[in-house]
Parts: sequence; structure tokens; C-alpha cells
Amino acid sequence: MNNPPFTHLDALESEAIHIMREVAAECANPVLLFSGGKDSIVLLRLAEKAFRPGRFPFPLMHIDTEHNFPEVIEFRDQRVKELGERLIVRSMEDSIKKGRVVLRSENQSRNAFQSVTLLDAIAEFKFDACIGGARRDEEKARAKERIFSFRDEFGQWDPKNQRPELWDIYNTRTHPGENIRVFPISNWTELDVWEYIAREKLEVPRIYFAHQRAVIRRAAGLLPVSHLVQPQEGEKMEQMIVRFRTVGDMSCTCPVESDAANVEEIIAETAMTRITERGATRMDDQTSDASMELRKKEGYF
Amino acid sequence: MSAIEKISFDQTGLLRFITAGSVDDGKSTLIGRLLHDSKSIFEDQLTSITNTTRKRGMQGVDLSLLTDGLQAEREQGITIDVAYRYFATPKRKFIIADTPGHEQYTRNMVTGASTANLAIILIDARKGVLTQSRRHAYLASLVGIPHLVVAVNKMDLVDYSQPVFEKICQDFAAFAEKLNLRNIEYIPMSALNGDMVVERGDQLNWYQGSTLIDLLENVSIEDDINHEDFRFPVQWVCRPQTKELHDFRGYMGRIESGSIHVGDNITVLPSGLTSRIKEIILYEGPINEAIAPQSVTLTIEDHLDISRGDVLVKTGETPRVTKAFDAMLCWLSEQPLDPNRKYLIKQSTRMVKAVISRIDYRVDVNTMAHEATNTLKMNDIAHVGLKVQQPLVCDDYARNRSTGCFIVIDESSNNTVAAGMISPAEE
Repeated sequence: MNNPPFTHLDALESEAIHIMREVAAECANPVLLFSGGKDSIVLLRLAEKAFRPGRFPFPLMHIDTEHNFPEVIEFRDQRVKELGERLIVRSMEDSIKKGRVVLRSENQSRNAFQSVTLLDAIAEFKFDACIGGARRDEEKARAKERIFSFRDEFGQWDPKNQRPELWDIYNTRTHPGENIRVFPISNWTELDVWEYIAREKLEVPRIYFAHQRAVIRRAAGLLPVSHLVQPQEGEKMEQMIVRFRTVGDMSCTCPVESDAANVEEIIAETAMTRITERGATRMDDQTSDASMELRKKEGYF
Repeated sequence: MSAIEKISFDQTGLLRFITAGSVDDGKSTLIGRLLHDSKSIFEDQLTSITNTTRKRGMQGVDLSLLTDGLQAEREQGITIDVAYRYFATPKRKFIIADTPGHEQYTRNMVTGASTANLAIILIDARKGVLTQSRRHAYLASLVGIPHLVVAVNKMDLVDYSQPVFEKICQDFAAFAEKLNLRNIEYIPMSALNGDMVVERGDQLNWYQGSTLIDLLENVSIEDDINHEDFRFPVQWVCRPQTKELHDFRGYMGRIESGSIHVGDNITVLPSGLTSRIKEIILYEGPINEAIAPQSVTLTIEDHLDISRGDVLVKTGETPRVTKAFDAMLCWLSEQPLDPNRKYLIKQSTRMVKAVISRIDYRVDVNTMAHEATNTLKMNDIAHVGLKVQQPLVCDDYARNRSTGCFIVIDESSNNTVAAGMISPAEE
């Protein structure tokens, strides 16, 4: 019998399972952030591998901007039902009603304000650890992120004052009010995520696959037309074959032109692609060299 | 699904390495070159650094800007911490821990080195082996990095001279002999022009060895893990207590070293109780044998009291279980060691209270000389004695890199203040 090799995906998977079990064992009240996006879909499979046949030792939580693609929300609820785990949803609408978030306009991007709702939810449930699907290859501010990333009682990230992280011994200790963001797939790339989705035969929301959509060209990218984004003067609505590489706020998440209609074709496309995931798809990351770093300092994931 | 008989390591697909050297040695340029020539740089990144190069009044593309991370660093033109970069070739996937080379950053290099299979030590061909190079080599040997590459860079500035390269190799080898470094490769290169990084170039035809990328793709890392001694620190005990799984008790964790087979006799440490392996379970189903570094669930034949922090080993191969041991300690915190205080130690899955009962000597990382001291400051490396409140399962770091290490935590600030490597027991 041929022995299967221990591949880089096996190594990354085992590392992530180890991290999740450390969180479960050492943190008093952890939560796993699940958005319905591909990275958190991978997290859920890793949690199954870490804890089955038991239940997850933490609930799932979604910070809902209410600017989400309906396909993604539908997928989120379906997946949670299949798993039989508990989902907490906290909505930015509540933060707006309470006056915690003040928007300049109804259709403004809500990505940056997620931090407020997230920090409120952390305080409400007294979570001391939030497991998230961020990856170091996403953005240069993330490249310096620890796997266990410590946040002070204001939810802030201080890049100059992070705990050194050695071997795979994680320091999970916090004082009351502080919390830790934990990123089990820190060392994965976009391609690793898609290869894992293929290997594990995971379902993803269908907007990741090529489909026809009404879009407009704005700045350097395409924007999907919806109740939040309407053509402005001089802009023309076009029907194009596109797919999304990330699923975020509908008002600022840009699709890319693509024919990739299944996971294998996405892998081929990702292996060949010449533009970073966030560069292609997030208008809010293009405003300055340090956009992500500034948002992270304020408590963003 | 049929049981997997055995996993092989023939195609270990993930290599972690660090680069040690200062900006002046061309470290950022080398990383930029590796990413660029292996086609791992994206167009938007290239556009962004091209713009920045122009903004700073320079021509062309400054590849060193690719590794710039945070705003503070961009403003000050320095690197302040360990940054991780990713690239892949058809053969392997690579994780680079990019650590700054300044004198005061021993702690960053130790941090980056702790998970590395390989270290690249950059030497400026014009300057030869400097104090800094010796320091990097010492730290690599201290942290037990199995493979070392000495990259003699800026060969273009010494007319690609073979005698210059050979002199540097001799100097380095003479020094390295005194250290615990076995596997050293030397490569002449020009990261700026791309010679011997990914492409061979046509200036170094006298050099017959591998390019850097060839070496990174082909170095065998199979034996970087200890395959002899089975160590399974219990992370989590799974007790679903459902109707179907009423009596199920699974011990979850990662095999840190060695391998385990269904039916093997095991001893639980520190209690010393014994049993046999009943099942090895993956999410996909049961398997007959598992090896490091797989994460698995184990069940045993008997009902024993086993909890997180316990370590399963093979019966008859019991390591040291002790409340006192010696170690090399690297102090990481701005707050110096207070020998009168109690600290916490985390080793494998166990957290215990500890005191540093003795400081034997501090090592001058530039000369390797031993000095007497009664405290430790940030970046100090010392040989110490420790006493712990509960017994620990102790492996020598030199024999088992994954169970011979620990971190020291300050109980009041919760900061990680030191990294430790367990020394062999006194005879």
C-alpha cells in the first residue's frame, strides 16, 4: 500500500488544530467568529477535526454589518444548522441605534465600524478569546501579527508591545477585560485555503464562483450594483461574468472578472493570479499605505 | 474509509526559515529577490513599491521595500519585529521569519528561530565575518536550527572574486567548529543582481554548488523532528457523554515526537500509571499508526485519571520527571529578572510556578565568554537552575526540540519574559 505523504496542508492543519485545542483548554470563555466567508468556513472544519466527536467548546458569532450578500447569510445559517452548534449574531444596526456608531450616510462602507459592534459583543458576553480566520499573507500589517494577538481593555492592538511567541507554546493569559484574538490559519495563504476547501470538499457561498452580475466601474475596480451601490453620473451599469475573492461589505467588496466556475478552476486561477486578494477586492484597503494597520489599532480584526 | 497504515515524510512540503543579517547586508533585498524571482510578488505590491521608490527620489524598484511592514517602520526606515512572509515553488511551500539584525534584537532572532528548520546568515563579501555574523551563528546553534546557509552577498562589489569567498568560508568554518552546527552550506551571491538566488547568473561560473532556491527546495528536513521518543502531551479530554458515546473518553493532542501504534503499551507521566493504546482516531476515522506532528485523539484500554498537562510516553522509555532542572534562558522582557520572585513556566501543556534558583553564568553573545551576574536583562542569555512546584516531564532540548523548550511568564503582567531550553541532567 502506498503511504500518503505528509503534505504542507497536513502540517498547516495539524498546527491549526493544536492552536484551537490550546484556546479551548486555557481560555475561560472563547468564541469563534464565523462570517460565512471562505476562511471561517475552513475554521469550522478545523474545529470539527479538533473536537469531534464532542461539541465545540465555544459558540460561533457573526458581526453582521447588514451590508452582507444575501447568499452569504443564507449559507451561514445553513452551515450552522448542519453542525448543530450555537450561533450568536450581533448586528451593527443595534450599534447605530444605540448611537455607538454614527455613519455619514446610509450607504457608507461599514467595514471599519465592525470593530465597535465586535467590542460591544465581547463586553456583553465577556469573551476572553476570539478565534478568527485572518491570515498573515493578506496584508502587510497582518505579517507582523502573532497567532495569539493580545488586545488591551480598549480592544487595541499595539504593534510595538506584542508578546514574543516562541516555538508553539502560546501564552493565553489575560487580565479581566482584556482579550486575545487567535488566528489558527495565520500561516495559510489564499491558495492553501482553496486547496484545503477542495481536499475537504467544503461548500462555499456561490458568489465565490463565476456568475453574471450588474456592475459599475469605479476607481480601479468593479463594484456590484445593489440597493447600496447605484450608478452615479457618468457611470454605466454593465453585465459581466465575475466572482468574488472575498465576501464582505457589499458597498466596498469588488468582484473580479473570472470564468472560474468551480473550486478546481479557482485554484488554477489563484495559482496564476498577479494581484493580491485585498488589492483586488477591498476599496477600503486602498486609501493609504497603512489603512489596515490603523483599523487594527482601533480594534478591528 | 480504510485505515491509513503509515504516513511517509518523503515529500515534506513545508520549510520554515529565518534570515539573519542587517539591512546593510542586503537582507531585505535578498528576500525581495527570492519573492520576485519565484514570481511571488503581486502586481499591486510592485506598483506600490515602485511608487514609494520614486517618492523617496530613487530610480527603479527598491525590492527591500517589499518587507516594510508597519507605519512606524516606514517612517523610521527600520524593522522592529519579526514579520512572516510566504512563497511557494512547485516543490515546496516556504515561510520566512524576517528578523532584524541589530545588536539589541537578540530576542527577535530567538523568537523567529524557534520554529525554523533553516537559517540564512548573510555576510557582506566586502566586510567578511563580523561580530554580528558570529552572534547570529551562536544564536542559531543555541536554538538548535538544524540547517544553516551562509550567504556571502554583494559578490558584485568584490568583482565576484573566488578567493574572497573562500576566505570568508574558512573564517566562518573555523568559528562554527566551536558551536553545535553540523549542516552548513556556503553560497556566493548578489541579491541585487540576482546571481545564485533563483537564477545562476553568468558571473559566478567558478561556483559549482546549488543556488539558494535549489538548496531551500531540496534540503532534507525529515530528520528535523525526533522520530524516536513518543511524546503526547494531553491538550484536551473529550467526553461527549451523549447516549451513543456515554463512556467515550478521548485524549486529544499533538504527537510532539516519535510514533504510536494501536496496542502499544504506554505510561502516563507524571503519575506513572500504565495502559495500552486502544484506538487512534482522526476526524476521517480510525488509523493504526500515527507520527509526529499529527494531531490525533487517543483512547486507552483502562479507566485512568488523565487530564491536561499529563504526557503519554511508551512504557520503558520514560524520560526525566523532575522538580529541578538546568536550562539556557534567553531573557526577553524589558523588566529584568528578579531572582526573588516566582514566575510561571509553560512547557508542553503544563503551567507551573517556578523560581530561578541559580544563575551560573551569562554568555557574551559576541565572544561566547562566560560572565558572572546576579540578574538578567533583555537580550541576555544565561545558564540557570530552576525549581518548579509540580514535576515536569523533561527532555533535553538538544535531543527533543519540541518538548525540551518552555516559556517564562510574569504572573502580574502576564507577559512572556523569557524563553528556556532544558539542559542535559548532571551526571
